[in-house]
Amino acid sequence: MSEHVHTRECKQLLGSLSEYIDGTLQEELCARLEEHIKDCENCQIVVNTLRKTVELYEQPDPTEELPDSVRERLFVRLDLGEFLKKS
Amino acid sequence: MTEMMNTISLEALKAGDREAFAHLVDETSAHIYRAALQILGDERDAEDVLQETYLKAFRALPDFEGRSSLTTWLYRIAVNEALMLVRKRKPPAISVEEPEPFDAEAESEEMEIVDFCCLPERDTLSSETRRFMDRAVRKLPENLRMVFVMRDIEGYTIQETAQALGLSENNVKVRLLRARLRLRQELSVYFGGKIQEESRR
Repeated sequence: MSEHVHTRECKQLLGSLSEYIDGTLQEELCARLEEHIKDCENCQIVVNTLRKTVELYEQPDPTEELPDSVRERLFVRLDLGEFLKKS
Repeated sequence: MTEMMNTISLEALKAGDREAFAHLVDETSAHIYRAALQILGDERDAEDVLQETYLKAFRALPDFEGRSSLTTWLYRIAVNEALMLVRKRKPPAISVEEPEPFDAEAESEEMEIVDFCCLPERDTLSSETRRFMDRAVRKLPENLRMVFVMRDIEGYTIQETAQALGLSENNVKVRLLRARLRLRQELSVYFGGKIQEESRR
């Protein structure tokens, strides 16, 4: 684990990273960024982990559950009390 | 969820079938509650949004035209409800357009460099990691959190997010980048700890 020592170029490119990983960055800036990260391992890691961060959040959470008490109050409010056990 | 959703009859829902509606609630409510919680950061508010969403959906279902999927339609009702609550709670937080240049100096201070891309799924997709990710989102300041949840969790476009929040697209982009960088930083520290734990074993 280390902290990134930034050159001026790294900092300038930081503002473009979001659009870069979304594939919406202007061609010219995109080429400049790719040229830079070829030789800058730290920036490569920042780009890759930023992309990974977004990917992880985009994935639906298969474990997400509604707390029982919240579900119960919801069903009562919706007048669906009779289906509380069946569903 | 999609498989189950396919077994719920849209005709029954549109006709006001309450059992079908109860199924729909069970299939979709966990996601809606979580999204509302992430936008609002408060359990009671999230529960209000959850209840209002289904009350509105039940009334509007007969007119549902199917231009989007049923789940997308529901999520949008929920996000709108959540945003209305935010506006009511703190009017200036969301509607005022603040000049917001991206500050690369500030953002690049103390940036963790941990390559967590190659960690196995048992680490990146574990429920512990999920809980950490949720907490990290809830720790974001509200102006960044709402943009991030709408764009990256709920899948709104930049344009749609800007419209819904009354911001310029440029402002949305800056906030999105700041939110993503902060979450990347949080995850780097978190996964860095995991990698160290593994190496000690």
